[in-house]
Amino acid sequence: MSHNLLDLAVAAKDFQALRVIKNVRFGINAGEVVSLVGPSGCGKSTLLRIIGGLDTSYSGKVCIKGEPPHLHSREVGLIFQEPRLLPWLMVAENVAFELGRKGRHHPYVTQLLAEVGLSDFATAYPKQLSGGMAQRAAIARGLFTQPSLLLLDEPFSAVDAFTRRRLQDLLLSVAGHHGTTLLLVTHDVSEAVYLSDRVIVLADRPGRISGQVIVGEARPRDRRNPQLIRREAEVLTLLNDGTNAFFDLSYDLASAPTPWQAARLSSLNFAI
Amino acid sequence: MSEVSIPASTAVVASSRFEFKALIRRVQGLLVPAVLVIIWETVVRAGWVSQHLLPPPSELVTTLADLAGNGTLLGHIGISSLRVLIGFFIGAGLAVVVGAAVGLSRRTEALLDPTFQALRAIPSLAWVPLLLLWLGIDEAPKITLIAIGAFFPVYLNFVAGIQNVERKLVEVGGIYGLTGYRLIARIFLPAALPNLFTGLRSGLSLSWMFLVAAELIAASSGLGYLLTDGRETGRADLVIVAIIVLALLGKTSDSLLLWLEVRLLGWRDVFDTRPS
Repeated sequence: MSHNLLDLAVAAKDFQALRVIKNVRFGINAGEVVSLVGPSGCGKSTLLRIIGGLDTSYSGKVCIKGEPPHLHSREVGLIFQEPRLLPWLMVAENVAFELGRKGRHHPYVTQLLAEVGLSDFATAYPKQLSGGMAQRAAIARGLFTQPSLLLLDEPFSAVDAFTRRRLQDLLLSVAGHHGTTLLLVTHDVSEAVYLSDRVIVLADRPGRISGQVIVGEARPRDRRNPQLIRREAEVLTLLNDGTNAFFDLSYDLASAPTPWQAARLSSLNFAI
Repeated sequence: MSEVSIPASTAVVASSRFEFKALIRRVQGLLVPAVLVIIWETVVRAGWVSQHLLPPPSELVTTLADLAGNGTLLGHIGISSLRVLIGFFIGAGLAVVVGAAVGLSRRTEALLDPTFQALRAIPSLAWVPLLLLWLGIDEAPKITLIAIGAFFPVYLNFVAGIQNVERKLVEVGGIYGLTGYRLIARIFLPAALPNLFTGLRSGLSLSWMFLVAAELIAASSGLGYLLTDGRETGRADLVIVAIIVLALLGKTSDSLLLWLEVRLLGWRDVFDTRPS
């Protein structure tokens, strides 16, 4: 086949009688940053779980460096929407979870914690961290196994907007430094465009690819760059099934019963 | 420099006031018992209550000193504590093993849990005649009864703890290739540890309860025997002293477990009501 790091061809994936994914194919080259966006229920998280080896009941063929996905793959790391740190382990022990308890003194732990700005929190417990700090620790844990491909499932959706931007930049710099390929699932179109080389847009019922937007801008990028905003518009167009129209809610609103009756201004007396 | 320095005396007053407050906080739990003891002593001394039925605290102190002086009290405490210790370890140990098996496997749960739920419904004292018939009146029935008492709280809490481990954390273990006993040791056991401690603490207090039940019925030594002895010889002071010693022992052993719990479970993100 090709020389992609990841080759994915999922012909079908069903949850009971419901077909959630139909004929999704894409590949990712080493070093790329790719986002999957789409309405909820379009199967993007399921795709990530398939690649991560968490979900094995599908028909199709998925290859990571020529191997089918499996749990505990050296090639793949996973970061979830929530940090999922083990609360009974210190931050350093969480990062080095792969090595067991003795792993917290591994030199690579120190290096990763420094890269994500948590050097002072190596011996802290997760309860002592803020949401953003916990997610940084999760990123360090995801990178500890030195995976070629890091999968991120809406990694920044649970943190505030300022923290999110800082975490995005941190992710790009750390992944760039380690040469890690990123595949990211997100709801946030501007996040997808800002981070990615390519944005793959999925449609729902059943989940399928509706198009792809290539973001050719060099990094570091300026969030105000009009080119990025243009790409965002393209992604939004694809999300709206190829039309440039906004979602039109006026009909629904007009048909809905009005909770209050509009008063005729002429009938009111004002004393000012 | 001299303008901004605080007069030394103020600082000293502030710190001593602070220490006084800390002292108050520490001894405030003793306030109610102290008042009760004073009222008790006064009521008995005034002759409102028969000294024979309710000996005053001062007399209890004498009884306690006598018992402690000739070494009998220490003997009773020793034998009772040993019984609780052995029974508790056997019961809690079995509960951890069976609880792990039931909590981790649906099949084992379907097989064993109904039986244990039925056994749990048997009132503790109903076991006594049977145990006496089977095991004689030696140590064996007492320790068995205590083990039964310790078993159920530990079992129930541990099973609940294991079954309530978050799927998301188990998934993390799976991603790191943990299966079988390694998944149990690194995810399930630590996650279920808070529940296990809840079970251990209530199991221990039930152990003391069952100890008294066992010793009241058939024993020639131990604190339960002291209770029976006091009743048979009409000495309320002996009974009350035994009750007080049992309370102290129960509280001490629970504090030991609490200390261990605080040490082992410091990672828990819980609302802390204790003063810092």
